[in-house]
Amino acid sequence: MAELTYIEAINSALREELARDRGVYVIGEDVALGGPFGATKGLAAEFGERRVVNTPISEGAIMGLATGAAAMGLRPVIEVMFVDFITLAMDQLVNHAAKLHYMSGGQLGIPLTVRVQQGAAGNGGAQHSQSLEAWFIHVPGLKVVMPSNPADAKGLLTAAIRDDSPVICIEHRALYWTRGEVPDGEHTIPIGRAALRRPGKDVTLVATSRMVEVALEVAGTLANEGIEVEVIDPRSLLPLDLDTITASLRKTGRLVIAHEAVEGAGFGAELLAQVQEAAFDYLDAPIARVGAPFAPVPASPVLEQAFVPGAERLAGAVRKVVLGA
Amino acid sequence: MTSELNQQEAMELLRTMLLIRRFEEGLIQTQKSGISIGHFHVYIGQECTGAAAIALLEPQDKIATTHRNHGHLLARGADPRRLYAEILGKAAGYNKGKGGTLHATVAGLGFLSTSALVGGAVPLAVGAGFAAKQLGERCVSVGFFGDGVLEEGVFFESLNMASLWKLPVVFMCENNSAGALGQSAGEYPGSTIATKQLIDVVAPFGVPASAVDGGDPRAVRDVTQQALARARNGGGPTFIEARTVRWPGSRPLWPELSTGETDVAFAWEPDRIPMAHRDWFANDGLIRYVRQLFDAKLANTKEILALDATVRADLAKAMRFAIEAPYPDPASALDDVFA
Repeated sequence: MAELTYIEAINSALREELARDRGVYVIGEDVALGGPFGATKGLAAEFGERRVVNTPISEGAIMGLATGAAAMGLRPVIEVMFVDFITLAMDQLVNHAAKLHYMSGGQLGIPLTVRVQQGAAGNGGAQHSQSLEAWFIHVPGLKVVMPSNPADAKGLLTAAIRDDSPVICIEHRALYWTRGEVPDGEHTIPIGRAALRRPGKDVTLVATSRMVEVALEVAGTLANEGIEVEVIDPRSLLPLDLDTITASLRKTGRLVIAHEAVEGAGFGAELLAQVQEAAFDYLDAPIARVGAPFAPVPASPVLEQAFVPGAERLAGAVRKVVLGA
Repeated sequence: MTSELNQQEAMELLRTMLLIRRFEEGLIQTQKSGISIGHFHVYIGQECTGAAAIALLEPQDKIATTHRNHGHLLARGADPRRLYAEILGKAAGYNKGKGGTLHATVAGLGFLSTSALVGGAVPLAVGAGFAAKQLGERCVSVGFFGDGVLEEGVFFESLNMASLWKLPVVFMCENNSAGALGQSAGEYPGSTIATKQLIDVVAPFGVPASAVDGGDPRAVRDVTQQALARARNGGGPTFIEARTVRWPGSRPLWPELSTGETDVAFAWEPDRIPMAHRDWFANDGLIRYVRQLFDAKLANTKEILALDATVRADLAKAMRFAIEAPYPDPASALDDVFA
């Protein structure tokens, strides 16, 4: 085990997969320079700019180029600098990468990995801070993973690169410099398996990405109040490990869902629907969602902080579900 | 006109062109007979371009094309039975009925995709060129698309990358002067673009470009040969504009045989062409090509009519096969969502 930052873990996954498989290419804006946050640092020096390819600022064509190259058998890993910019590549992602395998009746394989980071941190404002994972889970053909710690960042990215379907690996910018133990050498995490982050018997708290950290803080606080919170990190939103969540509900009977994206039509809404279909009999209380309010992300530090769901709001929601109004 | 083609090759080219024309006519008649196909796009009037260009490709070459794909697939050797079956949504179709007319594709023949998004296939073609170059294969990627693509941003992004990295790509712009809702009077080209010549648009990117008569197989052959040689020799991409005249039956979504079934004898008995359609048939690459073969004594009327009859008989059988073929099991709708 080595202690790495989240961004070092990503770098390590890319390095190992570039070394392991000659079909892996890292493609994107400034990736040969290391990228704006250092995810691809040193890779061009080690593997050459033939395999770590700087592109023009052309998100649509990058996505299409990688999709076409994937159809030819390469395993491109593209970096879209901010999830907000993926809007420029949605046609290629949604209409092509996601659907070519299906539309061709299984003839074409698209082993494409899309790395992208998101989240409200650093006062980037409305075009650099969104959380858009719900868009992608609405598109059949895409897999969507959201690592919440360095070990998962490595394990999920490695699994994504090896997957034969297009996978979107959504990183959280505010987690980039957090540290954690990462298994040495090859490390993969099967896509579609949730992680139990803290056991508890009173309420299940499903949290994604950076909200896992907040959920664990809240669980610690509430333990002092006699509320035992079970924290589950789905890690993969699609495919979703619903079994782990319903198994937890069987024990707790209560569910709170936390994500940083706006609540409206978010992952929480989808999970809520799936849970009431699969596990209504286990529920002893209404399900609560905690996400951002329905507004663009503001820039000012004060406004940004008010926007991002924090520990206090989440604790309040959990108390309400456990103790009633 | 067929200086590079021997008689056998010239007749093979005619066979491909007839195959495409009769395939499309058969499809329109099937739709008219009450068998629903949905909306579809036909390649009538553009046969020369696809047939002449695709005949030059090597087995390892790749093609990305559009919703107007039937001609490209047939020219590359697709089985009309399985293509008709795909278009009719049958399990025996190339894509098990998942693609339909708009997305019919045959990976085994080098097709990457058939995209129904205007411009959608262009970056895919560039991606295949990128992969070919990385893999060191003598493979060229050809992207076929209509003139409307030059109104889309992703075209320019893709052209830029192909030029920067000298990728083995041929941008084959088939200017059929047909926007989805037709052409505004007096516009040239048919697209809504602020340039007088489409090829002027690519010049600043350093991509060699030429415009040819898309109804002249020799012209298409010449420029395609040069483009393929340039791509295979590391010279990078080429842009070709193949100009064809819009077929009057190509209504926006539901084509109609408004010009009637093509009579190959129009080539040697022009008086038989209905007055209302003389202008179109005067430009029709197929009829022009038949006349050239006839004039050059590479084929006589009897041989041409016999070839046409064979093609039609084969296609009638292919359509019967597709009509009688079973639909897919409804449960298969959920197959192949993920690899």
